[in-house]
Amino acid sequence: MPKKHSTILVCQGTGCVSGGSEQVFNLLRDEIEDAFPDDDIRVKRTGCHGFCQQGPLIVIEPEGLFYTKVKTDDIAEIVKSLSPGKKPVDRLFYRDPSTKEPIPLHHEIPFYSQQERTILKYCGNIDPEDIDDYLAVDGYKALQKAIRELTPEGVISEVKNSGLRGLGGAGFPTGRKWEACRNAVAEKKYVVCNADEGDPGAFQDRSVMEGNPHSVIEGMIIAGYATGASSGFVYVRAEYPLAVSRLKIAIDQARKNGFLGDNILDSDFSFDIEIFQGAGAFVCGESTALVRSIEGKRGRPKPLPRPRTSDIGLWNRPTLLNNVKSYANIPLIISNGASWFAQRGTEKSKGTAVFSLTGKVVNCGLIEVPMGVTLRKIIYDIGGGVPDGKTLKAVQTGGPSGGCLPADMIDMPVDFDSLAKAGSIMGSGGMVIMDEDTCMVDVARYFLDFTQRESCGQCIPCRLGTVQMFKILDDITKGDGRPGDIDVLLELSESIIKGSICGLGKTAPNPVLTTLRYFRDEYEAHIHEKRCPAGVCMTQEEIN
Amino acid sequence: MEEEILLEEILASYRGNRGELVPILQDVQESLGYLPEKTMIDIAQFIGVPESHVYSVASFYEQFRLLPLGRKRVSVCRGTACHIRGAPQILSTIEKAVNLKEGETSDDLEYTLETVACIGCCALAPCIRINRDVFGEMTTEKADEVLRALDDGGEDA
Repeated sequence: MPKKHSTILVCQGTGCVSGGSEQVFNLLRDEIEDAFPDDDIRVKRTGCHGFCQQGPLIVIEPEGLFYTKVKTDDIAEIVKSLSPGKKPVDRLFYRDPSTKEPIPLHHEIPFYSQQERTILKYCGNIDPEDIDDYLAVDGYKALQKAIRELTPEGVISEVKNSGLRGLGGAGFPTGRKWEACRNAVAEKKYVVCNADEGDPGAFQDRSVMEGNPHSVIEGMIIAGYATGASSGFVYVRAEYPLAVSRLKIAIDQARKNGFLGDNILDSDFSFDIEIFQGAGAFVCGESTALVRSIEGKRGRPKPLPRPRTSDIGLWNRPTLLNNVKSYANIPLIISNGASWFAQRGTEKSKGTAVFSLTGKVVNCGLIEVPMGVTLRKIIYDIGGGVPDGKTLKAVQTGGPSGGCLPADMIDMPVDFDSLAKAGSIMGSGGMVIMDEDTCMVDVARYFLDFTQRESCGQCIPCRLGTVQMFKILDDITKGDGRPGDIDVLLELSESIIKGSICGLGKTAPNPVLTTLRYFRDEYEAHIHEKRCPAGVCMTQEEIN
Repeated sequence: MEEEILLEEILASYRGNRGELVPILQDVQESLGYLPEKTMIDIAQFIGVPESHVYSVASFYEQFRLLPLGRKRVSVCRGTACHIRGAPQILSTIEKAVNLKEGETSDDLEYTLETVACIGCCALAPCIRINRDVFGEMTTEKADEVLRALDDGGEDA
């Protein structure tokens, strides 16, 4: 059994912390120090391992022993098992949900073995509060390469050639955005990281920031070098206190190590990063709204026609705005080259996709797969299928701006263009699995409830239209639907899409349109037969 | 009086730029639990913007509160994963247990009950948060238990 030179990784992501992993970490560290004062056994705090549902998680390296649902009561036994000749603690192993057989090793668990982790590779492996851990896995090598070996144009051409695309609804090529910002002429430019993960049902940005904050910081510094910007902001949700504190630590450490500040790595490039905590507004995912929010205003999108943020952004200066995962990809692209990145994925969607796999699925958690794998592989091979012998009904991607795809479409590849064709979007990466007990009208009602709360109120079609759609859906779920409601929903959807100035309004009807496209019979059962096929609506509890 | 001293301390670390408004409001709320009217007026003067501007920003963002919070702030997640795994039932259980509707604070300032868009613990859905602690994989029974434990004296803000 593991002895000298073991490392015990204790997950300290938000999920595991809610299960008591801080107490587990503290106790384990103390007990190990007492029990093995002379041995080199390191107890390390890490970010999210992704398999939150099985947390608190512990991994014992180098073997890769994987312990699940660890409580402080288990510590004594774990410490004992580390002595020579002792056996591991079998009862804490992950068990295959169908065979109940224990799977002791991390990389043999299907949830992990079927993934391809690049962005998430070191989340769960390194101590996010220790820059030395990041440096030990070649952290900041990409920055050194960029500054010492590449021109800003050279960096941009790598990003362009990689085929990396943004995670806003349209999947805009990241390299082209960088080029536009580079070409904009101004005294001062900004680099902003959109970490305002506002989609309900998505937590991958949080996990990356909590698990490997330096990868995001490094990506932003490289972006600053490439575009000619001198300062950066991470716009992170105030609701993610752990991510905020780890980013602060990372920025501080990067400064002390000369990766941020004046004359980075003895070059004439200077750049620094500040954290701005978003105060909670879904619409701030829209670039002009986000920019206004940093400026201390209400976060409302600028009216049309509006300039691109890469030309006129923060304080009217050219501003490069990318998502957390886009920045986290940059060090990988610069270190390994554009063709390394482009070897994964499909012709038009390169690299990997990170999803928060949740809902009615056996293995909930954070996953990373190459673009283009099928939904079936994600739901069944990685996710382990639908629990309790129930039948899969739908997959929701893209949050309130996305759509619900029916079970018979799960052989579809997951990439930007296939999802768009089916009426959904890649978006920030939420993926919610729904089974026969999920009512699709209720889901549509749920999303419209969300968007009508989050509409900034600026355009009338969005402000009032979403409320009307919500009211109609609410009536339908209560058994008060009227014949003709479906037509009114379609008409309202069209007006809201045409009449809204920003992505929030333009995509707000998507959940209704996709459920109407694929599950119209459920609407009709509610309206005409006053019946909810899934048994969710019109139950006694609702009437109370 | 105490509020004024606190506000002075907070403002001392700012320069009075317009871009500092949101961080100032966040700091004040962190200390006082909400944004009293008087402090918003003082902040407007400090930054040099109309009072209406401070109010418009404070009322726009979900995070800001214009009324005091209860000592035990119970937030029920209404994220998508939580919703389809039973968040509405959890909410109605808690509403009954603390005798408050979503968005209300009890008169004795003991409890505030609110819903939030997403806590980001979707793999442990449905989840709730009480002050800073997240409780995952909730059932109506577990929600009752957690609240009972609170009533028995645990968990102060």
